[in-house]
Amino acid sequence: MVARNFGHALFCAMITLIISYPIVGFDLVFTGLSLELQQVEAGTIAGILLAVAAVFVFQLFRPAIMGTLARLVGLNPLANRPPMEQNKRLKLERGALTIIVLLALIWPFMASRGAVDLATLVLIYVILALGLNVVVGLAGLLDLGYVAFYAVGAYTFGLLSQYLGVSFWVALPLGALLAALFGFVLGFPVLRLRGDYLAIVTLGFGEIIRIVLNNLTSITGGPNGIGGIPDPTLFGMEFGRRVKEEGNASFHEVFNLPYESVHKVIFLYLITLVLAVFTLVVIRRLIRMPVGRSWEALREDEIAARSLGLSRTAVKLSAFTIGAFFAGFAGTIFASKQGFISPESFVFLESAIILAIVVLGGMGSQIGVILAAIAVTILPELAREFSEYRMLIFGAAMVMMMVWRPQGLLPMRRIHVQLNRLE
Amino acid sequence: MLSLENIHTHYGKIEALHGVSVEVNEGEIVSLIGANGAGKTTLLMTICGDPQASAGRVLFQGEDITHKPTSDIMRSGIAIAPEGRRVFPGLTVEENLHMGGFFTSKDEIRRNQKHVFELFPRLAERKNQRAGTMSGGEQQMLAIGRALMAKPRMMILDEPSLGLAPLIIGQIFDIIRTLRDEGITVFLVEQNAKQALKLADRGYVLETGRIRLEDTGANLLDNEEVQQAYLGG
Ligand SMILES: Nc1ncnc2c1ncn2[C@@H]1O[C@H](COP(=O)(O)OP(=O)(O)OP(=O)(O)O)[C@@H](O)[C@H]1O
Ligand SMILES: [Mg+2]
Repeated sequence: MVARNFGHALFCAMITLIISYPIVGFDLVFTGLSLELQQVEAGTIAGILLAVAAVFVFQLFRPAIMGTLARLVGLNPLANRPPMEQNKRLKLERGALTIIVLLALIWPFMASRGAVDLATLVLIYVILALGLNVVVGLAGLLDLGYVAFYAVGAYTFGLLSQYLGVSFWVALPLGALLAALFGFVLGFPVLRLRGDYLAIVTLGFGEIIRIVLNNLTSITGGPNGIGGIPDPTLFGMEFGRRVKEEGNASFHEVFNLPYESVHKVIFLYLITLVLAVFTLVVIRRLIRMPVGRSWEALREDEIAARSLGLSRTAVKLSAFTIGAFFAGFAGTIFASKQGFISPESFVFLESAIILAIVVLGGMGSQIGVILAAIAVTILPELAREFSEYRMLIFGAAMVMMMVWRPQGLLPMRRIHVQLNRLE
Repeated sequence: MLSLENIHTHYGKIEALHGVSVEVNEGEIVSLIGANGAGKTTLLMTICGDPQASAGRVLFQGEDITHKPTSDIMRSGIAIAPEGRRVFPGLTVEENLHMGGFFTSKDEIRRNQKHVFELFPRLAERKNQRAGTMSGGEQQMLAIGRALMAKPRMMILDEPSLGLAPLIIGQIFDIIRTLRDEGITVFLVEQNAKQALKLADRGYVLETGRIRLEDTGANLLDNEEVQQAYLGG
């Protein structure tokens, strides 16, 4: 068997060498005015050779290695268990979600400011991923331009606050609705397309939105972005040291507390948490309603779904619009959290990350998506020294997932809608 | 009940149907037979409005449905068990059935499901099984059952015997007869000409996009041309 793999292993090792040597093995150095190609030091060359050797050995013994790894997975007592009964599972899932939310509620009062700030970002990604999960995971529409709706939400708030002095609470629904409107209007021409075509067109759309924002300098400030976006208020109370807007009170004065900047961070976190829970609950509801079932039917077999009288456009548009709505939500919160937005924040990479969260989480499963959002946002922060390699680690993690757990962390177990429970 | 008048259907520039006229009367079983690529599926799809006919008219219960959107047509009393069954593989049998009754009330879903389970006891036994893991015959039963969930007045079947063993084919054809006896008009498309014509009140033979013959089922069975071309001489 090893002999049979020899040729293949040699080939893989060669490829590794061909790819890595020109990229890592040379340095471009300026000598005077000319660029010169220089060999790098021996250590790096040794590193490359080591990598080549590693690839060779791995490929040579690949069946054995993979076999051992598969056995390791088998050792996990939770794997290969027969699926739980539906009612039990639903109860367990609901219990787990409740506990997560409760923990998330009390946790910030014990954590550091930076941690709470990061957690807010995580929650924003949770909202985004739950929204995209509707489009990609449930309805099966590959949307690579999801970030566009996020941008619409953020810029709605940014522009409204800049030109009309609109507050967070007014902008929140407006941002979400406007994003939904964009989703609806843009969905129309796009949704006749299937699979790859849809992916490419949505990708283009995402870029168009970003480029428009970048070039409408007179309105959006172009690459300079929009600053001074206000924080949310609590019943007219502001969280800053001094009240910025007339008629507002100041939180720490009303409650007679010493001013602490962390109040604001915690407050924003709690708002985001509430909105994330709202998103979760609404989407869970939708999944069980006829509209949710029609998404699934269309994903499973478009022709069959249409033969039953479902309108392709209506079903796809509903998924697209609802997904966009929650992206708009997240965008408004993001704008408020950062206080400053620019097209930089809405590049394709963002779409890719959100999509990665959905795929990692298991395409359709909500808890999986939440866990993946946490992992994908927090891990790079924990490994700050590796931040340069963030994308590399990310890519490696994706590849490994696809090899060992192609169905995602927690693949969706579909909920059987029972007739008596429908009533 | 259903009449196609001089239907032409194009895929892009290619004309797949060159003026086809078919009439299905209320309470009949009408079989359409034809070789691979004759345009049988195209004809059924044209009834469903995807693709729409480029010339000619489709009338259902006196109403011109030629240019109606597919979703409207499929909600107006026509149901189809499509070619290749096309059950939702990830959904259970019961969920598949419920999808079939998407536009009916819960009471009706319950009633119709009971009826489908009476017709196909096999489905009742397997109602929590994922449709994708069922055998071909069971999937065909499910496809028919799912179509019945909408309480159609007319049922279209596209090659229900495809890839099934003779025993199962017999069962499926028995069910089709039962459906007709219950008052559902049946338009059956088949390559299995012998069985389909035996079952049919009337039949059509489609050849490369044109109706070649049209007669009662029994006469077509006796017809020399049909025997040579479709019944193996
Ligand atoms: N989507 C399509 N695009 C272009 N041509 C098509 C398409 N679908 C069918 N055709 C062509 O139309 C003709 C009729 O095809 P159709 O599927 O209706 O045949 P059929 O009688 O159902 O055959 P079978 O018994 O094999 O199912 C064929 O020549 C086929 O190549
Ligand atoms: Mg066909």
